[in-house]
Amino acid sequence: MKNFSYLRAHSADEARKAAALAGNMVLAGGTTLLDLAKCGIAEPDTVVDITHLAGLDGIEVDETQASIGALARMSAVADHPAIQKAFPAVAESLALAASAQIRNMATIGGNLLQRTRCSYFRDAAVFPACNKRHPGSGCSALGGVTRNHAVLGTSDACIAGYPGDLAVALVAFDAIVHLGERQVAVDDFFQLPGNTPDREHAFERGEIITAVTIPASAAARRSTYIKVRDRQSYEFAAASAAVGLELEADGTTVRDIRIALGGVATKPWRARTVEAALIGKVLEPELVRKASLLVMEGAIDHGANHYKIDLAPRVITRAVLKMGGLA
Amino acid sequence: MTFVTPKSKHGDASDGNLGGRLSRIDGPEKITGRATYAIEHQIEGLVYAVTVQSTIAAGTVKSVDSKAAEASPGVLLVLTPDNITHLKSATTWAGTPGPEGPFLALPKTVRFNGQHVVAVVAETLEQATAAAALIKVSYEETEHVYGLEDPKAGEGVPIDPMTKSWGDAETAFAEAPVRIEQEYKTPREYNVAIEPHGIIAQWEGDKLTLWEPSQWVDGMARSYAEWFGIPFENVRMISPYIGGGFGSKALSLPHGAVAAIAARMLGKPVKLAVTRPQTFTAYGGRPATRQTLALGATKEGKLLSIIQHGVNETSKLGMAVEPLGSVTAIMYAVPNFSSRQNVIPLNTVTPGALRAPGENPSAFGIESAIDELAYEIGMDPLEIRLLNYAEEDPHAKIPWSTRQLREAFAEGAKAFGWSKRTPAPRSMRDGNQLIGWGVAAGTYPVRRTPGEALVRILADGTAEVASSSIDMGQGTYTILAQTAAEVLGIPVDRIRVKLGDSALPRAPVAGGSQLANLMTGAVHKAALAAREELIGLALNHPNSPFLDLQLNTLTIADGTISTPRGERADISIADFMQHIGQEKIETLRDTLPEEKKNTVDRYNNFTTMMAMKSPTEGGYSLHSWCAHFVEVRVDEDFGTVRVSRMVSALDSGRLYNPKLAESQWRGGIIMGIGQALLEEGIIDPRNARVINNNLGDYLVATNADIPDLQVISVGIPDHHASVLGGKAVGELPIVGVAPAIANAVFHATGKRIRDLPITLDKIL
Ligand SMILES: Cc1cc2nc3c(=O)[nH]c(=O)nc-3n(C[C@H](O)[C@H](O)[C@H](O)COP(=O)(O)OP(=O)(O)OC[C@H]3O[C@@H](n4cnc5c(N)ncnc54)[C@H](O)[C@@H]3O)c2cc1C
Ligand code: SF4
Repeated sequence: MKNFSYLRAHSADEARKAAALAGNMVLAGGTTLLDLAKCGIAEPDTVVDITHLAGLDGIEVDETQASIGALARMSAVADHPAIQKAFPAVAESLALAASAQIRNMATIGGNLLQRTRCSYFRDAAVFPACNKRHPGSGCSALGGVTRNHAVLGTSDACIAGYPGDLAVALVAFDAIVHLGERQVAVDDFFQLPGNTPDREHAFERGEIITAVTIPASAAARRSTYIKVRDRQSYEFAAASAAVGLELEADGTTVRDIRIALGGVATKPWRARTVEAALIGKVLEPELVRKASLLVMEGAIDHGANHYKIDLAPRVITRAVLKMGGLA
Repeated sequence: MTFVTPKSKHGDASDGNLGGRLSRIDGPEKITGRATYAIEHQIEGLVYAVTVQSTIAAGTVKSVDSKAAEASPGVLLVLTPDNITHLKSATTWAGTPGPEGPFLALPKTVRFNGQHVVAVVAETLEQATAAAALIKVSYEETEHVYGLEDPKAGEGVPIDPMTKSWGDAETAFAEAPVRIEQEYKTPREYNVAIEPHGIIAQWEGDKLTLWEPSQWVDGMARSYAEWFGIPFENVRMISPYIGGGFGSKALSLPHGAVAAIAARMLGKPVKLAVTRPQTFTAYGGRPATRQTLALGATKEGKLLSIIQHGVNETSKLGMAVEPLGSVTAIMYAVPNFSSRQNVIPLNTVTPGALRAPGENPSAFGIESAIDELAYEIGMDPLEIRLLNYAEEDPHAKIPWSTRQLREAFAEGAKAFGWSKRTPAPRSMRDGNQLIGWGVAAGTYPVRRTPGEALVRILADGTAEVASSSIDMGQGTYTILAQTAAEVLGIPVDRIRVKLGDSALPRAPVAGGSQLANLMTGAVHKAALAAREELIGLALNHPNSPFLDLQLNTLTIADGTISTPRGERADISIADFMQHIGQEKIETLRDTLPEEKKNTVDRYNNFTTMMAMKSPTEGGYSLHSWCAHFVEVRVDEDFGTVRVSRMVSALDSGRLYNPKLAESQWRGGIIMGIGQALLEEGIIDPRNARVINNNLGDYLVATNADIPDLQVISVGIPDHHASVLGGKAVGELPIVGVAPAIANAVFHATGKRIRDLPITLDKIL
């Protein structure tokens, strides 16, 4: 771990200016940053602590949207009654993430920017080749152990999975990331690796996430987050799904459905083909099962992660049927 | 053998005498953070060492570029294979001479990925860490073997002493009406104690003091003494508390030698804390194992033959044998048996001991296989175990001292409700959850080594117990206080226990689940002597208030000396000591046999495992036993396995403190659940690196994975096993958990998982 200096930002502008300098990094809850610093992956010259900025930790929910400040703690959002009511999938995705200690420290802004758990990314001394760390150096995961790697959205340059939970729910409900004035749809905020896996977000050096807003919807109100993993708690998803459902007045026909996947893709993965196959249809188990398979069109596995191709559609199916009252 | 039955203080659960459910006396210290662990020791002028581990699996260190590190702030010393002091080879734990040639703490030859190759010492930990990152090592790489699955692994070396056989197993198997033959595998597993390894080393002249978490201060002190060629008495090892060891802290390791070498070169005390990722190769956990089992039986389920062939991995440097036939050979009555084992050297750190080495993977094999046989012939898995119950040790052909396994099956089955089980796989469900019930047995031998203890009654009426034995959470502090309290008749809260210091009376390794039995035995003996001396003084001392009564005995209870029929007023021990003007009564006793009390045998008894008696020595076969009953819920779509209910009935003989024994049992069962479902060192075949070398990726069970665990003691005092009637406790409970879970998973799903852990991808 390299020596670094510490700067406490007193205003958002000061934070932006400091963060804009090459080598400096924003510090929020520190649960990702310090971890990566200890691995020798993050090597900041200065950490710019933004946790003392005023007014960035609010959680407001009205009929049109939820607005969550970037410094709100994961636990605060998970436990917020209005979030639980209007966006159950969001609250659940947070409650099922990490551990109680981490949720108490970690912020919503930091959560979106957590890095992949690809073991090769985290072990630079032994695996120098990693296009995400050093563009052009190669990918150590290819030919390595890939049980936790992505099957969707991969490229020849990188197959690292996006590990987070919250962003999956946010992608399902068309949330917006606020970078001060600038706003980016969360689905666009996360980028596919392509040839530039080092560039994970539509986000420029010196920008600060200030808030996340989530439009209210009937689907968001009737939503759930299902997370599947070997360990009952404190493990990243083998596969997860955020699903929101709005039914027609008949109580069986799908008016609106939102589906996003976690644990299987290089970014939080909106399952639009599955949504399209279900909208306007009468919800029924066999149909849902078949439709869910569509999400894996174009999936590429690397052997050890093949199970994700089977697992993820089942997670979608379970979540949709649960919301439809059929499971 | 004298049993003293003193007045009990409360007569309830808080009773401090042996057999009472006293809470751990070191608990408050630990909970409040006041307990100072070995490397938390504060010491003037401390400097910090950080090691750099190899990034290749095999080859040699060609050169080390340490210029940048040496120029880095605060750096005092960079140790490399070229400049590190060569130490002398030390006697092994078995008492055999160490490997030929010097002992190299930072060897030039790289035999596994993650081997310490360089160490940097600096004024602060941060400086040492930063400088260590600047070290550049160049290697000459050679071919490596990454694991048992590596095509280059070969057959390995047969370990002849592991061969066991009777009858004609091959013929009997060939002729058996029912046959099953399968292969079972367990992966590399790690002890992952919450306190990682570390050390502080300090020299004063040629005297070396070490603060290091240790399961065996005397044994480890001997290694340091021999490494540095100094007298054993010159080494003092201090290990007051240990944050878990599970077998990984019993032997001196290269990082300890590095710290001691650096401390001597610099003339300063050096602290070296192994990082969590480094611990995955700074010690060896349980080696990966593979075994084939062939079971032949009659159509009625009577075993006719067992043939086993096991292999385990070891390093290119040392021979570690994980005895896979240990449970196989004693669990069932079988007329024909054959078991042999090979060990395959490959590029890993030398494996070590991890809770029930041998018995644990051995039970996974035989207890899975017998279950497969039960389904094959359509018999209840519990019934087949009773049908083949071994009434005597089938291998040694001698009687068991005690074997309450039948009682364990009966009690466990009753509490679990086993009789309500529906036999067919996939026959029980709750919505998406397939429910399965499984059973498996476990066993662990009683190991015996003599011990030594000092008991001191002080003028204030309190008492002290001192021993170099250790407490890593099992409860040594507590049960030794209880033993002394019971014998001395002094309330347990007036007894202080001092442990974990090689300057104290000696103890053998806290391993093999032997410590509680041998140390209660030694403390019992020393305390009896102290009590006799106290009574003798009370009867005969010229200033004793009882002198004129001409009695031949007195009682001591609750810290008070009384006459048998109230001839004279009671007097507290403190008053009595003042009365006769005595400062203390001190008795040092050991349980060595007369012929082994000479200096050489004594030394070897406490610093090697030479004197450890086999469980069959003395005409009886001594073992603890257990039966685990498990309910799992398997999500049929997701393949996730959750243990939803578990009942274990265990025979550890007499329990000195049921609360602590139960807590050890639960701990072992929890570890077993993690082993069954989660734990696996993941090795990258390309460079034999353990890539999940942290607690975010190497998964151990969390609270959420553990249901209420019901544990039932079915043991009875076994005085063949130990002086006070206890048998093995700590390692027993993990044995049999993994097969019980695998068997339950089969019952739930119809899928037999023969390689641990049982992860969801194997079930899908
Ligand atoms: C062992 C472990 C298990 C975990 N398990 C899960 C899990 O199951 N599910 C899950 O979703 N997550 C999990 N996490 C990840 C955890 O949720 C994140 O570490 C956490 O949310 C990060 O938030 P933070 O405030 O601590 O971020 P920090 O560590 O402070 O920052 C993370 C990154 O974001 C940048 N940053 C932070 N805030 C801002 C901002 N406002 N503007 C611009 N840049 C910013 C920092 O510079 C840094 O690069 C786990 C983490 C660990 C260590
Ligand atoms: S998968 Fe991506 S993050 Fe992992 S090693 Fe390859 S390039 Fe790096």
